[in-house]
Amino acid sequence: MKNIFFISTIVALFGSSALFGAGAIEGELQKSNINMSAIIMFLGFVFATLGITYWAARRTRTAKDFYTAGGGITGFQNGLAIAGDYMSAASFLGISGMVYMKGYDGLIYSIGFLVGWPIILFLVAEQLRNLGKYTFADVTSYRLGQKEIRTLSAVGSLLTVALYLIAQMVGAGQLIKVLFGLDYEIAVVLVGILMILYVTFGGMLATTWVQIIKAILLLSGATFMAFAVMYHAGFSFETLFTQAVAAKGGSTAIMSPGALVSDPISAISLGMALMFGTAGLPHILMRFFTVADAKEARKSVFFATGFIGYFYILTFIIGFGAIVLLANNPQYFDAKGVLIGGTNMASIHLSQAVGGDLFLGFISAVAFATILAVVSGLTLAGASAVSHDLYANVFAKGKVDEVKEMRVSRIATIILGIVAIFLGIAFEKQNIAFMVGLAFAVAASSNFPVLFLSIFWSKLTTRGAVIGGSLGLAVAVTIVVLSKAVWVDTLGNPTPIIPIQYPAIYSVTVAFLAIWFFSITDKSERARRDREGFEAQNIRCQTGIGADGAVSH
Amino acid sequence: MNIEKIKNHPDYHKLVSGRSKFAWTLAVIMLVVYYSFILLIAFSPKTLGTPLVEGGVTTLGIPVGIAVIIFSFILTGIYVKRANIEFDELTHKLRKEVENK
Repeated sequence: MKNIFFISTIVALFGSSALFGAGAIEGELQKSNINMSAIIMFLGFVFATLGITYWAARRTRTAKDFYTAGGGITGFQNGLAIAGDYMSAASFLGISGMVYMKGYDGLIYSIGFLVGWPIILFLVAEQLRNLGKYTFADVTSYRLGQKEIRTLSAVGSLLTVALYLIAQMVGAGQLIKVLFGLDYEIAVVLVGILMILYVTFGGMLATTWVQIIKAILLLSGATFMAFAVMYHAGFSFETLFTQAVAAKGGSTAIMSPGALVSDPISAISLGMALMFGTAGLPHILMRFFTVADAKEARKSVFFATGFIGYFYILTFIIGFGAIVLLANNPQYFDAKGVLIGGTNMASIHLSQAVGGDLFLGFISAVAFATILAVVSGLTLAGASAVSHDLYANVFAKGKVDEVKEMRVSRIATIILGIVAIFLGIAFEKQNIAFMVGLAFAVAASSNFPVLFLSIFWSKLTTRGAVIGGSLGLAVAVTIVVLSKAVWVDTLGNPTPIIPIQYPAIYSVTVAFLAIWFFSITDKSERARRDREGFEAQNIRCQTGIGADGAVSH
Repeated sequence: MNIEKIKNHPDYHKLVSGRSKFAWTLAVIMLVVYYSFILLIAFSPKTLGTPLVEGGVTTLGIPVGIAVIIFSFILTGIYVKRANIEFDELTHKLRKEVENK
């Protein structure tokens, strides 16, 4: 059960630098060669994206441009950008590493990540587009109390973003240290500065294009690797699997489900966190406002699901390829027979095995670019929660001009970037594996229930949403803090207070029940208006009449 | 926006009931497929570990897993196709009528 949390993959990623140290010395000479091609390709990426940022900055004039790229992104482009947000370095390195270690379990795990997408399409994508403008709080607060609901949604967003951001920053620092030989602090500061530049100047337009370019690079690189693996196996899966089993000493354990999903409660809970969590991540939800209408929003999910599904099939092949192709190469293992850099480096080593140092440089640069693109999206989502929800609508009660709101969002971006740099450095040596899990749990237990019920349930009231959403958040955080991941592994206590690994099944249920109970018992004047507002909201939700259109550039 | 006019329009009802029935049906299908897969693994891990052919290495789990991924994608395609043709047409018609009157 220890390894079943989907974050376990990231644990290995973050723990990788320690392992790497052991085998780094004998690879030193070779390493500097590798670094050159990787650094040149990475610099190429940085210059190209800064060029895009310059181009985007000249087109980012209004708040709508800043938050949603003017709403003029096409469904196909947005599908690539969404896929890019989802194909983080953790999922590329982590899932292929997991397949390398455990075989079939890696596939089970990636399927869990994918199946949330059809649900998002059927139940929230168009609805978000028709009701929202810049943030998902626009939707949740459409007919409910602006002040209360926006504050709740902004807190949910900022918490999700902060947890996710710390995990990405620490991961970035460790990865860059391993790949490029840069100091951890320098790597974190570099990521922070680039991200601030992209978002502050280029807004959503630059963030989206950085994400699209990275998605194309990552998909091309992974396609090449999978192709090389299949070429080696004579394009026969049976041959590939036979060689992999042989490399594992004849054990067929990698070909069937292992310990990932062993009891049904954990399985369902994990599935809920992945599914509902995805539908509650602010940086993902925000992408639905960058397209012109419901039709493009739908198409985005169709393309995103296709790209993500394709990518997971590639990582599966890459993981098995690593089992076969790394096994007989002692250069990838340290003296103890452990993969240099840890399991999560499997796909990185494989890139060298199939494409030499040049391709290794390419994949390393892509891994770095991936982190950069994901943190930019997160920062923009966080900055929007501060400027659009907290500042413009809660603090200034909607009476604020665009210029001022944009200035606040840029200041928020810079502050978030600096905070992320400091947190990234502060958490370097901490065990932060729980953070992405907690981010998904908060998104699933607070953001998602309020969003879902505000769209579908006419009897939802402000009181119900605030109490239920807060309770969901509190239960999720409490269970995670008192569970093994934080209480034992991070805080160093001997035994966990709550023996639960996945809070979602409990916290999501608590949130829904509390929202239901405190809504139906709500007899206030506010509740009457909340319920009355549903009809008008539903008409706009269903037809898009009155929704924000695109601006042509 | 004239709420009364849209609310009582037969096309609006056709759109709302048609889409929600369709969307929820597909959502339930997706949930059933995913949780059947997960519960099969939880309750009977051996099933998916059965080799496809006697003496072969490839197990039943491989095509089943890949099929779940492809199935998810096809399901989104089915929804998008019908929504882009049928639901969008209804919406456009409705919008035109409401805005012209």
